[in-house]
Amino acid sequence: MTWWSRPAADTQITHGSRLWLYVLSAIIMLLLVAPTLIVVPMSFSDSQYLEFPPSIWSLRWYEEYLGSAKWMRATATSFQVGFLTMLVATPLGIMAAYALFVSRHRATRAIFLLLITPMIVPVILIAIGTFYAYGRVGMNNTIAGLVLAHSALALPIAIIVITAGLRSYDLSQEQVARSLGATRTKAFFLITLPQIRFSVITAALLSFLTSFDEVIIAIFVSGGANATLTKHMFAALRDYIDPTIAAISTIMVILSSALLLLTQFLGSKGRGN
Amino acid sequence: MDSRLKLSFAVTDAPQGTTALPIEIRDLTKRYGSVYALNSVDLDVHSGEFLTLLGPSGSGKTTLLMAIAGFNRPDSGSIRFGEDEVILTPPHKREVGMVFQSYALFPHMNVAENIGFPLKLRGISGAERATRVEEALETIQLSGFGARNIDQLSGGQRQRVALARAFVFGPRILLMDEPLSALDKKLRERMQIELKHLHRKLGVTTVYVTHDQREALTMSDRIAVINDGELVQLDTPEVIYNSPANAFVADFIGESTMLPLTRDDAGALSFRGQKVGDAGTDQSKDWTLVVRPERLFFAGAGAETDDQTIVLKGVMREAVFQGESEMALVAIDDDTEVAVRFGTGGRASPAGGNTGDQVSIGLDRTDVIIIPGGQAA
Amino acid sequence: MARADADGSRSGRHLHEAALKRQHAREQWSILSLVVPATIVIVLIILIPLSWLFYLSFLGDNGGFSLENYHKMTQYKSYYRIFVTTFQVSILTTLACIALGYPLAFFLAQLPPRWAGVFMLAVLLPFWTSLLVRTYAWLVLLQKRGILNEFAMQVGLWETPIKLVHNMTGTLIGMAHIMLPFLILPLYNAMRKIDKDMMHAAANLGANPINAFWRVYFPLSLPGMVAGSLIVFVLCLGFYVTPAVLGGGRVIMVSNQITAILENQFDWGAASALGVVLLVATTFTLYVAARLFRFDAALFGRD
Repeated sequence: MTWWSRPAADTQITHGSRLWLYVLSAIIMLLLVAPTLIVVPMSFSDSQYLEFPPSIWSLRWYEEYLGSAKWMRATATSFQVGFLTMLVATPLGIMAAYALFVSRHRATRAIFLLLITPMIVPVILIAIGTFYAYGRVGMNNTIAGLVLAHSALALPIAIIVITAGLRSYDLSQEQVARSLGATRTKAFFLITLPQIRFSVITAALLSFLTSFDEVIIAIFVSGGANATLTKHMFAALRDYIDPTIAAISTIMVILSSALLLLTQFLGSKGRGN
Repeated sequence: MDSRLKLSFAVTDAPQGTTALPIEIRDLTKRYGSVYALNSVDLDVHSGEFLTLLGPSGSGKTTLLMAIAGFNRPDSGSIRFGEDEVILTPPHKREVGMVFQSYALFPHMNVAENIGFPLKLRGISGAERATRVEEALETIQLSGFGARNIDQLSGGQRQRVALARAFVFGPRILLMDEPLSALDKKLRERMQIELKHLHRKLGVTTVYVTHDQREALTMSDRIAVINDGELVQLDTPEVIYNSPANAFVADFIGESTMLPLTRDDAGALSFRGQKVGDAGTDQSKDWTLVVRPERLFFAGAGAETDDQTIVLKGVMREAVFQGESEMALVAIDDDTEVAVRFGTGGRASPAGGNTGDQVSIGLDRTDVIIIPGGQAA
Repeated sequence: MARADADGSRSGRHLHEAALKRQHAREQWSILSLVVPATIVIVLIILIPLSWLFYLSFLGDNGGFSLENYHKMTQYKSYYRIFVTTFQVSILTTLACIALGYPLAFFLAQLPPRWAGVFMLAVLLPFWTSLLVRTYAWLVLLQKRGILNEFAMQVGLWETPIKLVHNMTGTLIGMAHIMLPFLILPLYNAMRKIDKDMMHAAANLGANPINAFWRVYFPLSLPGMVAGSLIVFVLCLGFYVTPAVLGGGRVIMVSNQITAILENQFDWGAASALGVVLLVATTFTLYVAARLFRFDAALFGRD
């Protein structure tokens, strides 16, 4: 019996008669992955016009990017804002997720809904709203303003990821620790936190990426010396196709792939325990 | 399974008993909405005793245990450990060892780190900590397991590590919440004996929660039967089994058939015209005869009720072979069946006969259990 | 369990009752206080600015209360077109995502978990990649002398380059690509939870595979699909970047119009009113869906 005439899992349909599904799935997966990856070889082209495959290979656009004060400055800002957002959203997310998970108070559901509103409210509204409000208090074009707004976006993600971690954790461990002489705070840091660490790391990385990749709020509330990488990229995309973007995109794809693989690796290690 | 485990802990030390503390619970009440999880419970746990809280799920036994540990805050009441009122004391200051159903071992620590955790919290230095952890490991017969990870342990070993962690810091009270329920039957029965031995060795006051009446009977010095948030009966296993306070206890502990009794004006209680006891001064109208299947036996065909024995006649309905014993169901009238249990060994009582046979079953008067009230508690 | 007596005539001395109550309240508050910092951030960034916009939207030229900003929307044909475009793009994108996402989620759910995890990377990689980068990638792929046109002409599908970008086609392609993971992830989770015995039972009872799928599997996967579609639809309603870049000014959705109003006329009232309409449409969709399907658990991962 060859593999295609064998029945596929949990139905009597054979792999052979399912072939269409496999082919279709392969095509969809290709469609998902290919567009992002195709930018990578194109960024090494020497041509003004993006070619695939490039006729002459060169690092010209990388030199352009690395040599530009504007791009360098924007990159530094994006990293800075992303990093600070991570530092704000992660601990705040841990605190909120833990409190909402442990508390039996009636208000928890309402608070939870409030804290995830940034996922429901269209980002354009958050963008113009903060732009307007920041205008009143002089926080436009500041790092602090951008970090605060990005933290609001990252918080629901952090809370949901950490809550998922807490759910797969046996809270009676914390009770045991307390009965053995640890205060609640000590029990959290010594017992609970080490065990939800993969969720915490994932939440931190996602918070960073949320900020680093964010476009719309950055367009409105960042600017001048504190404009982000995405703001410059968006401006460049609207006007003309600058191959420098291909080089920057490649760097961003590598960054997010690395972070993704890191969480997958940590996650599988975490489950292995 | 862990084959290296010997049958029981080596019991070399005499009971220490000096570190144990009595627990005095007064008027403990916990309400959820209009429902009482604990309704004005009074309970004294003697110093050094092994007391089991036994009841069906939702009876309030775990709520009571959690209140003693400090994880469940009652609405009102008093809990004293010895002389100290602890009702407002946070869990980490109660100095109570606790073993959970799920063991709740810390997976990010190895065995020695788990057991050493309470010592570390008490600032005990590395060298002394190591010695005491090693002693604890010896007590639970897991010497040399210190460096193992939790996921390398079997269920029974995890159970014992959780136990060691709970007693290593010398608590004067040990609380256990259904600690054996995750183990398979064989291991569970062996661990029951081991826990009892360990309790004798440590001499620490122990409160143990279970819904398994057999486990309670096996392990306890005394059993507190809890139902509907109230303490129903508190006594030794023998008394609880032989003289249940009411129909709930009789029904929940052991097997039983309940037969309604009639009471005459003089207070004599009879079943189908056969006198089985006296109401004494108790004026209750309804009375019930509790019959344990293993206390019944098949009497000869001509047997009649006399001073020693009460004889009931009936028809054999069914006999079920159950391995170590056999259970017969005898119909004494159209709606009443009585279960009779007898051994299956060569010298055990002979079977009553075939289905449909007329049989006589006997009950010694000394085995008669009479409780006031109807069958429904 | 025992019922409390109606008249509270239970015996008991209520020992330490007041102190226990105080301690309970103190503990509740100390736990809840942990959500305060996060709540402050949300209030500062979401609640206050949104209320401000709401207020601005009802402000007339004379500085008093007025509905003129909303009235404008019913008057001008351009607004009508924008709403139509927004719904059109959102619905078409959602349908495209279902058409592409359902088979892939089904395929992934059939795989042994280890392999599903590997193939799942194909879904997660775009999910983690900046949407600006992905939009850019499509711009490059779809442009006049882009890979797709070159390839199609080489194969002979068409002779002269077709306009694939800076129009509705390009926008839909890009949006579908960006939204696809949002549909697949909840759908996949729902499918993973479907009991395999269910399909065996259906087969055992004589259903042929196609029957078993439509009668048993599909209905069970429906909550996941609805949750995923809803996320996609709602995200589409407020989308900005992709239509702005791939639409080339020809696909104007609500978000794009809001920006345009602010850039060209600096009319906060009109922009806010449009924003309020967008927010109401979004919350209304979510509310109705939550009512109909009771799946806020699937959406928010909480039960």
